[in-house]
Amino acid sequence: MAAAAPAGATRSEIYRGNGPRLMLPVWAFIGIFLVLPVLLMAIYSFLTKEFRGGVIWEITLAAYDQFFLDRGLFGDEPPQIEWTYIGIFWRSIWQAGLATFFCLLIGFPTAWFIATRNAAVRPVWLFLVTIPYWVNLLIRTVSMKFLIRDTGPLNEFLLWLGVISEPLSLINTNFAVQLGLFYSYLPFMVLPVYAAVERYDFALSEAAADLYADNWTTLRLVILPVVKPGIVAGCILVFVPSLGAFLAPDLLGGAKTFMIGSLIEEQFKGAAGNWPFGAAAAMILLTIVLGVLLLHARAQAKGGR
Amino acid sequence: MKTFLTTTALALALAGTAHAEGKLSIYHWFEYIPQELLDKFAAEYDVEVTMDTYDSNEALLAALKAGKLGEYDVAVPGDYMVKIMGDEGMLDTFEPSELSNFGNIEDQWLDVAFDPGRKSSIPYQWGSTSFSVNKEVYGGDLDSLGLIFEPPAELKGKINVLDTAGETLTLASLYLGIPQCTADRDQLKALNDLVQTAKADWASFGSDVAKDVLVSGDAAAGMIWSGFSAKARSEGAPIEYVFPKEGMIVWMDNVVLLKDAPNRDNALKFMNFLLEPENAAAVTNYAQYTAGVKDVAPLLDPEVANSPESNPPEGVTGVFVEACPEEVQVMYDAIWTNLKK
Amino acid sequence: MIKPLDLRRFTGFRALTILCLVVLYAPLIIVAIYSFNDSTSITRWGGFSLKWYVDVFTGPDAPKFRNAAINSFTIAIGAATCATIIATAAAVAMNRAGRFRGKVASLALINLPLMVPEIVTAVASLIFFITIGFKTGLMTIFIAHLVFCIPFAYLPISARMQSVPDVYEQAAMDLYATPWEAFRLILLPLMIPGILSGFLLAFIISLDDFLITNFVKGAGIETLPTAIFGSVKQGIKPNIMAISTLLLGVSVVFVTLSWFIGRAGQSKN
Repeated sequence: MAAAAPAGATRSEIYRGNGPRLMLPVWAFIGIFLVLPVLLMAIYSFLTKEFRGGVIWEITLAAYDQFFLDRGLFGDEPPQIEWTYIGIFWRSIWQAGLATFFCLLIGFPTAWFIATRNAAVRPVWLFLVTIPYWVNLLIRTVSMKFLIRDTGPLNEFLLWLGVISEPLSLINTNFAVQLGLFYSYLPFMVLPVYAAVERYDFALSEAAADLYADNWTTLRLVILPVVKPGIVAGCILVFVPSLGAFLAPDLLGGAKTFMIGSLIEEQFKGAAGNWPFGAAAAMILLTIVLGVLLLHARAQAKGGR
Repeated sequence: MKTFLTTTALALALAGTAHAEGKLSIYHWFEYIPQELLDKFAAEYDVEVTMDTYDSNEALLAALKAGKLGEYDVAVPGDYMVKIMGDEGMLDTFEPSELSNFGNIEDQWLDVAFDPGRKSSIPYQWGSTSFSVNKEVYGGDLDSLGLIFEPPAELKGKINVLDTAGETLTLASLYLGIPQCTADRDQLKALNDLVQTAKADWASFGSDVAKDVLVSGDAAAGMIWSGFSAKARSEGAPIEYVFPKEGMIVWMDNVVLLKDAPNRDNALKFMNFLLEPENAAAVTNYAQYTAGVKDVAPLLDPEVANSPESNPPEGVTGVFVEACPEEVQVMYDAIWTNLKK
Repeated sequence: MIKPLDLRRFTGFRALTILCLVVLYAPLIIVAIYSFNDSTSITRWGGFSLKWYVDVFTGPDAPKFRNAAINSFTIAIGAATCATIIATAAAVAMNRAGRFRGKVASLALINLPLMVPEIVTAVASLIFFITIGFKTGLMTIFIAHLVFCIPFAYLPISARMQSVPDVYEQAAMDLYATPWEAFRLILLPLMIPGILSGFLLAFIISLDDFLITNFVKGAGIETLPTAIFGSVKQGIKPNIMAISTLLLGVSVVFVTLSWFIGRAGQSKN
């Protein structure tokens, strides 16, 4: 979903003067129903929690204190760094990172393979990769859950093949969560990488070949640097949604360990009932994501296109 | 643009249009009331019934706190949650005279500590929380909570526990023999250590999946409610519901009249409806717990009435979950978060 | 343009592509197959049967899923329609109205719903609706969906608008057409493929959403994903597989539709 390149775009001004008026609905809807709520959430993260859900309108840093500082199980030990929540965030980042890595590992060759097909069959390949992206995420996650359960088709198949003698315990593991994330967002990697590879000028490969580079050297030294923007875009499109994912950890991970998404959800829908803490955790997640996006935008601007 | 907006508004309005005279909005545990019974009520009183479900008392409380109070008419909290909701001012009261079947409530459930004099609630069903074990996987004695908290090799990595702090930590406390809502540091520390160690042997946390994992074989043992275990057994799971020597949780779920109920009259009609022996029996035959209503016994299916899950042997003790004060509850919350980190 | 093939070929890439497609399709195809299973046990094959499809439409859960489907499609159509209108106006502003104050910020704002993680949007919306005392219900779901549908509708519409030169509108205006007439009579017809693509994408995205809906839905209101999630939490039943397969079919129809519209748009240019 990389924004279309402005190259060759019409820079028309024929409706000059109407810009603000036409933009008004966007400002109204996204402004009121997204920007305002996020600002409100930021305020909530500094409010006092009410026992069993709700807030008291008194400013406090308690939510962030709870996130970052450990005062013992009973809250009266000298504060140390609290690793619980940092650990949950770190694990989520690690899971999302692994999913991104594997998406790239499979997604790049796929994108390359498709982009180097004959122009007539290319759309068909692309179409095949796009379909799953349009299929309901919940349904895809449920399908994966069904496939890999202990008595599910995958195990039956492998047992039948004789590859394994005992069913693999895949479901309710971290591996299942990674597999779910990988599976959920794989098309997000293929499409932008494909767009970049499609624009790749093979004269560069020829030049490299003339200099006696073999294909793999060309890939490493020439192709990858050139299509890097597509790869980075793909990685962001996989990493960001993976980070806040809820369905894969919940359905495939057995709800056994908190990920960022379930930690936040628990504060509002589960037993914890600590709204300011949930809001604070959401703010920290938002900060990380916007930070990543900002770095990306910076790097792009520096790339000077 | 205007026509589009109007059309959309119209479509939205249409989708929300009621077909019946009145409405009733129920917030209920999942898989706890037969659809036919709801249909029967809807037909008898010409009321459009909608129902949402939750999977823990805490989830119910959280949703009501998060703006849902005033949208539902009735909910079905467990004993201690009735007390909490009453203290939080989430319940409306009624007079016994408003329910013609009020006299059908069994005497032992009439004046209960969590709602003295039954001013906001009526009994729904009661049962116990313990665990069940697949006898094909484990052949040893089934008598101790240790099978869950310090499991034998056969069960390691094949245990599902309920995804609610209240029930899981209470069973753990029973196993350790420490009181509920304790503020004693050493006891809480021991509780924390116990569940932390046990977690390595647990496969998953889930309340709504508790039956399915036992039926499908995904888990070989699982914490579960008595009737839900009976249903799992009737669906073919080779399991036995365990009555541990350390004790188990007993509970009573109650239909409560929620504050700001949009359809208070229909809510009372529904509560009265559920106090009819015939209808209470229908719930019991479906959910396989025990009703708190008189004259239900002759209407029960024999296998439900005689199910081993609902008929504990002599000498089994049961405790109700207690609602802890805030300063203690935060410590239990911390143990739970610590457990799932 | 033809280059020596070996420059493009990497050993193993074809195999990885096949692997990629297998990974993407295997779970879906297997669920689709098992939805025709005659057995009540979901993993044992008991012969071909349509009974779970009959169950979806007439079984005990049928009213629940029917209502959920009506809600889902109503919201998706409403949200996608409004989002498409808003996105079209925004695309005109961004591509055809020259410079104006706040243009850069506007672009950021349009894309904001894509950048904020879903769980954050869900929590923020919930807090917002609670704080202003807005009763959750169908309307709150609609508003939330409308917001995150805007960027998805905007992307194809704006891309299309960039590829349509403004000479025709310019000509119309030289012949004394008002800007509104030029837009309505010239640009809009040229934009139809882009607008339809935007609408379809927004529609599918709305139909897909679980997390935000689950936070802002009101009492007694389910959409298909929340209803399916509720059922799946208690275990995967054969009727869920049938519903999944039906929804899969809807998605395939829509993506095919969108693909052909896209191609029609390209060939016209």
